[in-house]
Amino acid sequence: MKVEQISIFIENKSGRLAEVSRVLGEAKVNIRALSLADTSDFGILRLIVDRTDEARKVLQAHNFTVNKTEVVAVEVPDRPAGLAEILQILDDVQINVEYMYAFVERCSGNAVIIFRFDNVDEAIAALLGRGVNVLKGEQVYEL
Amino acid sequence: MRIWDPSIETLDRVSLRQLQLTRLRETIDRAYHHVPCYRSKFDELGLGPGDFRNLEDLRRFPFTTKEDLRLNYPYGMFAVPMKEVVRIHSSSGTTGKPTVVGYTKKDLESWAQLVSRFMTAAGVTDEDIVHIAFGYGLFTGAFGLHYGAERIGASVIPMSSGNTDKQIMIMQDYRSSALVCTPSYALTIADRMEKTGIDPATLALKVGLFGAEPWSEEMRRELETRLGIVATDNYGLSEIMGPGVAGDCLERCGMHIAEDHFIAEIIDPETLESLPFGEWGELVLTTISKEALPMIRYRTRDITRLHPEPCRCGRTHVRMEKTRGRSDDMLIIKGVNVFPTQVEEILFQAEGCEPHYQLIVDRQDNVDSLTVEVEVNDQIFFDEMKLQRIFIQQLEKKLATGLGVGVRVKLVEPSSIPRFEGKATRVIDRRSR
Repeated sequence: MKVEQISIFIENKSGRLAEVSRVLGEAKVNIRALSLADTSDFGILRLIVDRTDEARKVLQAHNFTVNKTEVVAVEVPDRPAGLAEILQILDDVQINVEYMYAFVERCSGNAVIIFRFDNVDEAIAALLGRGVNVLKGEQVYEL
Repeated sequence: MRIWDPSIETLDRVSLRQLQLTRLRETIDRAYHHVPCYRSKFDELGLGPGDFRNLEDLRRFPFTTKEDLRLNYPYGMFAVPMKEVVRIHSSSGTTGKPTVVGYTKKDLESWAQLVSRFMTAAGVTDEDIVHIAFGYGLFTGAFGLHYGAERIGASVIPMSSGNTDKQIMIMQDYRSSALVCTPSYALTIADRMEKTGIDPATLALKVGLFGAEPWSEEMRRELETRLGIVATDNYGLSEIMGPGVAGDCLERCGMHIAEDHFIAEIIDPETLESLPFGEWGELVLTTISKEALPMIRYRTRDITRLHPEPCRCGRTHVRMEKTRGRSDDMLIIKGVNVFPTQVEEILFQAEGCEPHYQLIVDRQDNVDSLTVEVEVNDQIFFDEMKLQRIFIQQLEKKLATGLGVGVRVKLVEPSSIPRFEGKATRVIDRRSR
């Protein structure tokens, strides 16, 4: 039920994002979703790719610092209050969302949102318990 | 032009050398008998207090370095029992621990006298209102100047550092006539006055006594023009005493070293050979009156040269030029001594592995800044921005506490800091000298 995500440290200077995508492209790694958190000095680029380990390996070989993190991909109804309902479930069991971002592709007509929780297992259990669809890793990489 | 202590300051050089020899013998004797570190170093070379016939014999004795002070931290180099020590100061050390220095009552008396000397040489009298904008604390600058100015009979304002607007208000209202601070802070004050439309000519300022960091003749001219003062330089280091080791007279052709208290030598920092007067090299100082902390051939790491020719002011004591860099990698940032190794040690503790880092020193609007660039690695990279920021803030705090000066930490990508063979150049100093 967990999805692997890689995070990459990126300095705030021109060409660094291009370099990451170039390295991944050459390794035939396809980016499925991404988000970028940035400060004036640096950014943290988070990616979901079709081949996580390969992506990590080639980026490290190009001197990037890469972390692997477990996130959760949740199917969110594509209608008003769809996201609010999901967040309410999490709030009810007092689980914090560290960050979240949307997936480009849809799944069975619904939106897919990637969540990073402080407690991944409890979050998954809570969502499943309330009938929310949580996507498996393999599903996400192939979306 | 007034001289504070004419009988000593204009003493002929033959008599001066005789006085130095007598005091040096006493110092070596005390160091040998009361400081185990000196005793073992002298014994190792088969030297004793009896091995002195003339001043040149000093060259046979071993050097003392900051490392000796570190190894004997905190009080191991003191030559008197603690009950005779009446004051303690310290400065930053090369590897974390500071250097501790102590003074007996007599040492404090000599210190005040020597500060009175250079302040008088700079034109300060008992009519002056001396505004001290050095930080009061462990640093020797503020207290050193404070007691010297009081000894002259001047009115002392113990202002301490910071809050430039308040400094200027006090200068205006209290009619400060002599300003004591670092030269870069004096420029900050000048900038602030310009910005707020205060004409320095409306102040009572007439002289500046600037020290604690190296500065150029260009900076002197700038300060004199912009503040309408006479800008004088003075030199000292806490291990030797603090300010008062040397200071400008109004001829401003080099700072007179108080040779009745210190013996100055110049050495080649590579070969450690003594160099003749007039040659550039590292200044080595021996204290010959200090009771609490005698220093034998202390390597200051400051590069300068000495001029023994008589000065037009009448003083006979040797003159040293403005220091021209260091023979080690010490940086002076906002008047605080910073060694790259201190940064390395703190980073090592934070990361648990050999850090790749670089120090960038800059000066904007006359204020020094220190940025430490650290290459990110798996241990210190977090997927969450909150954790990453906390890590940076904590590191900045640790560095500021350890170094005594504010630091900005900037994380950079792996392998982005140049690697060097052998001795790494980990410092980029963008301040123009």
